[in-house]
Amino acid sequence: MNLRKFLLAAGAAIALSVALSPAHAVTLRYANQGDLKSLDPYTLNETTANAHLGHVYEGLTSRGKDLKIGPGLAERWEVLDGAKRWRFYLRKGVKFHNGEDFTADDVIFSANRVRSTGSNFATRVPKDAKFTKIDDHTIDVELPSPNPIMHAQWDTWYIMSKKWAEANNAVAPTPAAATTPSHASLNTNGTGPFRIESHQPGVKTVFKANAAWWGKKEHNLDEIIFTPIPNDATRVAALLSGEVDVIEPVPVQDIARVNSSASAKVLAGPELRTIFLGFDQIRDELLESNVKGKNPFKDVRVRQAFNMAVDKETIKARVMRGLSTPSALMIAPSLFTHSKDFASPKFDPEAAKKLLADAGYPNGFEVGMDCPNDRYVNDGPICQAVVGMLARIGVKVNLNAQPKAQYFAKVLKSGGYKTSFYLLGWTPGTFDSHNVLFDIHGCRADGTPRGESNLGGYCNKKVDELTDKILVESDVAKRDAMIKEAFQITTGEFGYVPLHQQALSWGVSSKVELSQRADNSVLLYWARKN
Amino acid sequence: MPTPTPEEVKGLVGGGAGSPVIRKILDSDILHSFRSSKLTMVAATIVFLCFFGALFAPLIAPFDPFDPAKVFLSDASIPPVWQQGGDPRFVIGTDDQGRDMFSAILYGLRVSLAVGGLGVLLAAVIGITLGLVAGYMGGRIDAIIMRVADVQLTFPAILIALLIDGVAQGLFRGLPREQSAIPVLVISIGLSFWVQYARTIRGSTLVEKNKDYVHAARLVGLPAPIIMLRHVLPNVIGPVLVILTINLGLAVITEATLSFLGVGLPPTQPSLGTLISIGNKYLFSGDWWIVAFPGATLAILVLAVNLLGDWLRDALNPRLR
Repeated sequence: MNLRKFLLAAGAAIALSVALSPAHAVTLRYANQGDLKSLDPYTLNETTANAHLGHVYEGLTSRGKDLKIGPGLAERWEVLDGAKRWRFYLRKGVKFHNGEDFTADDVIFSANRVRSTGSNFATRVPKDAKFTKIDDHTIDVELPSPNPIMHAQWDTWYIMSKKWAEANNAVAPTPAAATTPSHASLNTNGTGPFRIESHQPGVKTVFKANAAWWGKKEHNLDEIIFTPIPNDATRVAALLSGEVDVIEPVPVQDIARVNSSASAKVLAGPELRTIFLGFDQIRDELLESNVKGKNPFKDVRVRQAFNMAVDKETIKARVMRGLSTPSALMIAPSLFTHSKDFASPKFDPEAAKKLLADAGYPNGFEVGMDCPNDRYVNDGPICQAVVGMLARIGVKVNLNAQPKAQYFAKVLKSGGYKTSFYLLGWTPGTFDSHNVLFDIHGCRADGTPRGESNLGGYCNKKVDELTDKILVESDVAKRDAMIKEAFQITTGEFGYVPLHQQALSWGVSSKVELSQRADNSVLLYWARKN
Repeated sequence: MPTPTPEEVKGLVGGGAGSPVIRKILDSDILHSFRSSKLTMVAATIVFLCFFGALFAPLIAPFDPFDPAKVFLSDASIPPVWQQGGDPRFVIGTDDQGRDMFSAILYGLRVSLAVGGLGVLLAAVIGITLGLVAGYMGGRIDAIIMRVADVQLTFPAILIALLIDGVAQGLFRGLPREQSAIPVLVISIGLSFWVQYARTIRGSTLVEKNKDYVHAARLVGLPAPIIMLRHVLPNVIGPVLVILTINLGLAVITEATLSFLGVGLPPTQPSLGTLISIGNKYLFSGDWWIVAFPGATLAILVLAVNLLGDWLRDALNPRLR
């Protein structure tokens, strides 16, 4: 074939392939700094993963753009017997992506699965809740004690198909620490507006619009392609060049650069997530420390010293470039009315040093620190800054900053809480203080989901009692007073070092319209691309 | 970058048994060739300065960037002194954690050169041993060693280094990264660069082992290891010096690449590669100095080392003279 013939043939082939491709296939490309490792909706309770999977799976309830709770797979529900019995009326005519009908059996199956060993969502459904099938589209949930906010976290308790899980050997949840994938961690079968066409962990995940979805779609997309881009500069470059349409997060140092471009803008706002440091205060000897035979973090003076040694304002000014709200509490001020009554301990390294000396560590000590480096805004640099600040009071911190997949597999329950000192971020799933007190301040014990994400094992029985009362109290003023009392105890004991609430910063191409939810869930089923 | 093929380097050994290259280096011919090449002298000066700076970093550097207690976050991201907002304490600025860039580069050089140097030495030791054994013993041992070498040659060195790094990190689990990083990197580099040495040494050994002095040694009844070490090795070591020099540049680059990818030295103990990786995050925000200075240092160092290696190869090759 001579060159001209070849070019002609190639041209014809290209023209043909263009002509044959679907007329207006709208593809939205989305890049996040972190990866989506497991597709199993019970593996990792993390906002990013929940948001990804929220395109595919749905809960009985859902949350709107304003975070208000609304109907999901349950059309409506009734709270009976003083919140000890709930009746859910399931939506009819809903189909899973493989064509099966959605019924009460799937809900009961999911309720059992989410509470089994290996699930990171055990707190979603009360341990002793009894599920009864009334008919194919009605279920009753009976509770031994009242729980008026039970459904508040059910928007991210995703319902899975019983038949599909049983047929594919996926009845047991895939733990975050699992080293081999399961069928459910590589495949999905939900009811949501998108289905996953292909999933290569660490490379890309392709979502296709589900034409048979029961709801009224707001997006105009045919396809979403998700790729993890861990490197900050590469992610920003991809957005500016138009290679991707949406990125999360835009590194705080690059916000001005993105806003000055014509092709993209930054959607910013205050986030509800609190970033904090936690201590192992449950083991008698730390896993990673040169102090043997005792645990320095059991001494309140050591925890107070750490609280006083961390300079939140400088972290805000230098690492977060002004885009964070230093926090005295483990919950965002907009989620708790009395937040302003609390103040962070004064930054005072000298006093902190003295406290350490009083506690018996005049020369400080050595401790390992676990930190993710692709989860929160500038998480790696924050940890490095903390290492420097603690060095000034004599504490030598051995920083182990790693990608979140390895990090979570090590520090979470499924990994055996193997950490001595760590950085974590938390947005309460219920957008309420009870979740913060129950999940990250509750005493850990076998057989209860209480304190599931309390990685360091902080424990105070008085706080637990208050937490249980807060759950059932319906008088808002009384309830807030009890929450305040509980937080006074936890901050008085310096259970954690709250650092700040980070800022939302999404990079969005000017071709895309997107609503931003304050919990940092990137939900592209509300996106429109021109 | 040109690397000598076995045929090419075989020529370097010259006439055979009687001319150890060590003596050649001291020969005035070499000195003359050095003095007559301005480029080589500049390269040698740069390499010397880098080694000097790295060796005496604690004495030269105004700050200790590895001591977190002496790094202040409030000094973070200060531009070089000639730019607006500069601070005379930090001549070429500070990084995102408030480390003085100049000090960080000196300390980073120290780490990079140490890792590169030790890695290349390890590679040389492994490669020379295996090459000697393969060449001298021949037969099945030779076949096995050289096939392994061939297989490894089909992969890029950086890929092998990444693989070994992953395995080694598994082995060193439990140790803090700051302690395990350097040994892991040295092993990764050592194991991914040995092939060249082995092939070169084997080629020369094949020639040498049939010479009379080796036959004589064998007749006297000396055991094989002694013959290899005392008699063959001194006569085949010459080309290794050239490969050592050229590979040093490659090893420093490999270390930088691994650190850039995040599997090398941690950000609390930055090498040049880690510094570049940190700076890369701030490229768009205008903090150019965090990436530019370590990058330039790395480029200049590697270029100088390569120029020196090229010159050494030419100077030691009688055919080119």
